Amino acid sequence: MNELLSPFDGLLERLATPEAIKAIETGASPAAMWRDLDESGFLDALVDEAHGGSGLALADVEPLIAAAGARAVPLPIAETMVARALIAAAGIAAPRGPIAIAGSAQAGQTVPLGLVAEHVLLDTGTTLVLAARDDLTPAVTGVHRDLAARITWDGAPQGLSVARPDHGLRPIAAVLRATLIAGAAARLTEQTTAYANDRVQFGKPIGKQQALQQQLAVMAEDMIAARIAAQLGCAAGLTVSPLQAAVAKATASAVAPRIANTAHAVHGAIGISEEFALQLLTRRLHEWRLADGSEGYWTAVLGGARLADPAPSVDWVRARVFA
Amino acid sequence: MFDTFAFATLPEDHGGLRQAVREIIARHVATLPLERRARSWQGFDPAFSRALGAAGLLGLTLPTAYGGGGLGPFERFIVVEELLSAGAPVAAHWIADRQSAPLILNFGTEAQRQAYIPRICRGELVFCIGMSEPGSGSDLASVRTRAERTAGGRWRVNGQKIWTTNAMHSDCMIALVRTSGTAADRNAGLSQLIIDLKAPGVTVRPIVDLTGDAHFAEVFFDNVELGEDALVGNEGEGWSQVVAELAFERSGPERIYSSVVLLDAWVAHLQALGRRDADALVGRLTAELATLRAMSIACTARLALGESPVVEASIVKDRGTTFEQDLPLAIADDLAAHPDEPVSADLYRALMYVTHIAPSFSLRGGTREILRGIIARGMGLR
Repeated sequence: MNELLSPFDGLLERLATPEAIKAIETGASPAAMWRDLDESGFLDALVDEAHGGSGLALADVEPLIAAAGARAVPLPIAETMVARALIAAAGIAAPRGPIAIAGSAQAGQTVPLGLVAEHVLLDTGTTLVLAARDDLTPAVTGVHRDLAARITWDGAPQGLSVARPDHGLRPIAAVLRATLIAGAAARLTEQTTAYANDRVQFGKPIGKQQALQQQLAVMAEDMIAARIAAQLGCAAGLTVSPLQAAVAKATASAVAPRIANTAHAVHGAIGISEEFALQLLTRRLHEWRLADGSEGYWTAVLGGARLADPAPSVDWVRARVFA
Repeated sequence: MFDTFAFATLPEDHGGLRQAVREIIARHVATLPLERRARSWQGFDPAFSRALGAAGLLGLTLPTAYGGGGLGPFERFIVVEELLSAGAPVAAHWIADRQSAPLILNFGTEAQRQAYIPRICRGELVFCIGMSEPGSGSDLASVRTRAERTAGGRWRVNGQKIWTTNAMHSDCMIALVRTSGTAADRNAGLSQLIIDLKAPGVTVRPIVDLTGDAHFAEVFFDNVELGEDALVGNEGEGWSQVVAELAFERSGPERIYSSVVLLDAWVAHLQALGRRDADALVGRLTAELATLRAMSIACTARLALGESPVVEASIVKDRGTTFEQDLPLAIADDLAAHPDEPVSADLYRALMYVTHIAPSFSLRGGTREILRGIIARGMGLR
């Protein structure tokens, strides 16, 4: 998929500069960035060809979603790709604006990138509802530079009804978050390694210290675990089961804070500053860890299903996660 | 970074390998008590290994011309996964099948291949690995056991190996020895020799471990005379051969499943009681197991492409042994968090066996610190 990834990542590199991200996070309009993303055609990658898309599988666009994570793009690229595919499959023309997704219809929930979305695709448990974001009384979270929105409504959320996938939206959303985490983890591991090779203390690069080498090796292990778990989830496509999503998200959510911590530990004080771009990724790691279920939520889902079946562990994992 | 280390799918088991292993396990393993199955790696049963050999399940990746299966790393993954997840006693063929035979195939002479590999594939020849010495653990290049050329190109060996797994049950040892220079020459001047452990001058003393087993031993060489054909590969190139050998040792599912028999026994305990307050812990361990399986298959996919995935194998082993070591501690805490709940004697013994032996998981085949050093080198930090 390098033939897709290279132009897409080039586009992101040009659009989502740290300055552009900061502008949007502090209230500038994302319209121009979104227009360029939409005109690129990548947002219709998952839409089937009969409805004017590329008909790709989630596994095919996994590198693109990871790239969006690595670039800290302040717009819901992955969410819109999935929403457009689900909406097109229902035979409805999708709106062209950014679409955020919410794995439940619980009023008061926090939706990542809700402030920059025009619509939110909500899962009511029986159907998906494509609601206009402004009908959901969006409120800021109050967290510095946060683009998430707290949403609520009276009665039931109103909007176009879209067929609900068998397992609902939450497993898909969780796999997207896991993939974003994996992308950000990869970039942070590269940045942190480069910094350790560059930063000199005690007369030599700090990366020559065995203590740091061992920490960075664990960071790479965590990054690979998140990558492969997210790819396992993406391989299941838009029909991903809650158990496959559980492995992907529980793994990615568990490593996300460790990766953020090591990135900050190695960078020292400069990594805490707003001006330095590290925080764009580490803040997002924590947000994505919580979004659509943390490791605590998904391990309980997985463990509950596991305990309901007498099969040995490896057989169970092969049948329920790898099948 | 490490971009090719990515999710891969295990191919369909067209040869029915999984079923073939299961039939042998049903006959030989299913009736063993839990604490025996919890020993898996350390379980020594020559009859079981010969049964696997007779069924064509040893030497899977070795050429058929030498009695092997002519299959690839994915098929080996399937067989090893079945054996380890059942807690099969694999020690009588494990080292020969995984390391010694591929080493002899890659570096040995045609006569050595003919002499050893078919018997390994039949499960008839037990090998051990002579690497560690009293003064050489992680720092293998400091080995002092010495082999000198004697008349007619023969070899005379003097020195000592220690912590050698299964030496007392083995027919042969492939030993890393110094054939020229001194310990100051580091990895130059090292060679690998096949030592017949029944030769005069060889003394093997088992060492009892903290569980009461004697799975390793010390081995003394007092003027042991070996033929010219004892040398494997090229004289002086023992170091690079050992590095290649360790890549075999560090990859594959063997580094994630050592404690899985205990996991299954604990899950059965929870199911029998109907206890549901451990869902999240069961889920965490299951998620870790699934992710490690995916990582191990991803590593196997690199082997299948003919690569030597040294960094990938180190990542799987470090993470896999961390999981294997965490598992008995987490289970013990869960069980003892319910002090009024009865725990069967079988489960308790298996739990304490794995708890006590688990520190060895991150020693054998390269310590955690050595592995992380290899990963750091792959990251460009060393």
